[in-house]
Amino acid sequence: MSSNSLAGIVKLALIVGSLQLGSISLAHADTTILNVSYDPTRELYKEFNAAFAEKWQADTGETVTIQTSHGGSGKQARSVIDGLEADVVTLALEADIDAIAKESGKIPVDWKSRFDNNSAPYTSTIVFLVRKGNPKGIKDWGDLVREDVQVITPNPKTSGGARWNFLAAWAWARAANNGDDAKAQEYVAQLFKHVPVLDTGARGATTTFVQRGLGDVLLAWENEAYLSLEELGPDNFDIVTPSISIKAEPPVALVDGNVDSKGTRKVAEAYLDYLYSDVGQKIAAKHYYRPFKPELADPKDTARFTELKLVSIDDFGGWKEAQPKFFGDGGVFDQIYRPGQ
Amino acid sequence: MISMAARSSTRWRFRQPSVIPGFGLALGVTLAWLTIIVLIPLSGLLWRSSGLGWSKFMELALDERTVNALTISFGTAFIAAVVNLVFGVLLAWVLVRYRFPGKRVIDAMVDLPFALPTAVAGIALTTLYAPNGWIGSLLAPLGIKIAFTPAGIVVALIFVGLPFVVRTVQPIMEEIDKEVEEAAATLGATRFQTISRVLLPGLLPAGLTGFALAFARGVGEYGSVIFIAGNLPYVSEIAPLLIVIRLEEFNYPAATAIAAVMLLLSFMMLLVINVIQAWSRRRYGYGA
Repeated sequence: MSSNSLAGIVKLALIVGSLQLGSISLAHADTTILNVSYDPTRELYKEFNAAFAEKWQADTGETVTIQTSHGGSGKQARSVIDGLEADVVTLALEADIDAIAKESGKIPVDWKSRFDNNSAPYTSTIVFLVRKGNPKGIKDWGDLVREDVQVITPNPKTSGGARWNFLAAWAWARAANNGDDAKAQEYVAQLFKHVPVLDTGARGATTTFVQRGLGDVLLAWENEAYLSLEELGPDNFDIVTPSISIKAEPPVALVDGNVDSKGTRKVAEAYLDYLYSDVGQKIAAKHYYRPFKPELADPKDTARFTELKLVSIDDFGGWKEAQPKFFGDGGVFDQIYRPGQ
Repeated sequence: MISMAARSSTRWRFRQPSVIPGFGLALGVTLAWLTIIVLIPLSGLLWRSSGLGWSKFMELALDERTVNALTISFGTAFIAAVVNLVFGVLLAWVLVRYRFPGKRVIDAMVDLPFALPTAVAGIALTTLYAPNGWIGSLLAPLGIKIAFTPAGIVVALIFVGLPFVVRTVQPIMEEIDKEVEEAAATLGATRFQTISRVLLPGLLPAGLTGFALAFARGVGEYGSVIFIAGNLPYVSEIAPLLIVIRLEEFNYPAATAIAAVMLLLSFMMLLVINVIQAWSRRRYGYGA
């Protein structure tokens, strides 16, 4: 058996596996494109896909069906690398799209500059979800390392969202200590000593906090925090916005290698462009993402967002530098969990 | 002695006489099927890890965190399998030797862990054992924590491993005649002696098979464990989760190295258990 066909078998198994794990909705249509996304965008893309299909029908008379696959951001990136035929990817982290570009060559290295705002049509940030009435009086990042506080966050190794949590905490500690990175690392190490459970994904962490009643504060994407309030009733939880957080930019990219072989470039490009339109921006804001152009969105949706100081990934030297430094094998996160520390 | 010698002289002869014809075909199908289903996928794993080179492989395999995760995986699986051996045999005994209302239902319930998706089991167990769950809230005042500790892993593995012991021991028990116990009693054996010297030795080979199956299942278990384990590195991080973490880092070599170590360890342990089993079957086995 040649190594090639062996690799083929392994890939096939991975693709079948990822198809089963991510949920894909199928329907018959003239053209079909696949959007490989991450977990908390289910509601957003359900609405956006319907809007886009309608617009495409009106503009060109063609019917288009958009399949969406959801799962952990890193796992989704791996599926695309292993051969899942995504036309577009809309993931939680730039680093995941970089990995697809590097490992499969199906996305050009300069993908980030192809759409506005570093290819992030909407952004979010990291906030605190606390129990109703905020019984522990949690106001800012400094409160999270108090003796009596337990923090719930997923594992940055397996969850893209958790990496934003980690960096947001770091950004606060760095600012609080006049830019001292050593102090910031000390703070983050302390913070993770207050984490009793490391879930593998963001939704799992939300379950731990909400259903299991574990912990006093959940570090969450702002859109997830609002969604939790909406789903679980504002009677149970409050959102606390810290003084400093990070501007989380979930990016989108066209998978050139796949759209060219499938002949779907035009519709896939239009799909991503439409995210920047007034309709796309409105839908993003409605689902609690901060739109890139707030002036296009519904004012009552954008009014919900609290102003706060936001640092960006560029303050960490971009993902190309931050990813290996903080989350790579033997990186800062691994050092936090070295025994005897 | 004579029978042993006779057996060993025929052991390596290829064609075995059987009442069923078609030995060649049967062996061919067996080998082809095993190759497609088991050997090719597993050799793919070994082939990938062999590309690492020996020193790199050992470096990845002996990484402190990997060793720790393997210890947790194999340790908790072992404890769970021991618990399952004891209580599985008891359960099988009750199901074989007693008649009571609802016996059929209980008998069917034993198989539930087989049928249930393991993630469902994990979520259900976590709900029960979490500090605000039914069981967890009773244990919490006593200072006992099950969920989100290694104890939680053991609980999950006991759950998924239970049917293996019951289902392998049950048919053997059904074969033991009640007369054997009566004979032991008439010869003056106490109840304890009857159990420990007459009944249990005969069940040992089947019990070991069940133990091995439950143990093997526990080592590879992922779905039910990640919900209840807490997943803290060096505390409750199992080897399959570490493989997933390595994959998330796009670190394929490390992931395959851990997988290959798990494969080798599991194979060695199953082999050892098999040898013990063969020995005990010769020593105590019924109809051996």
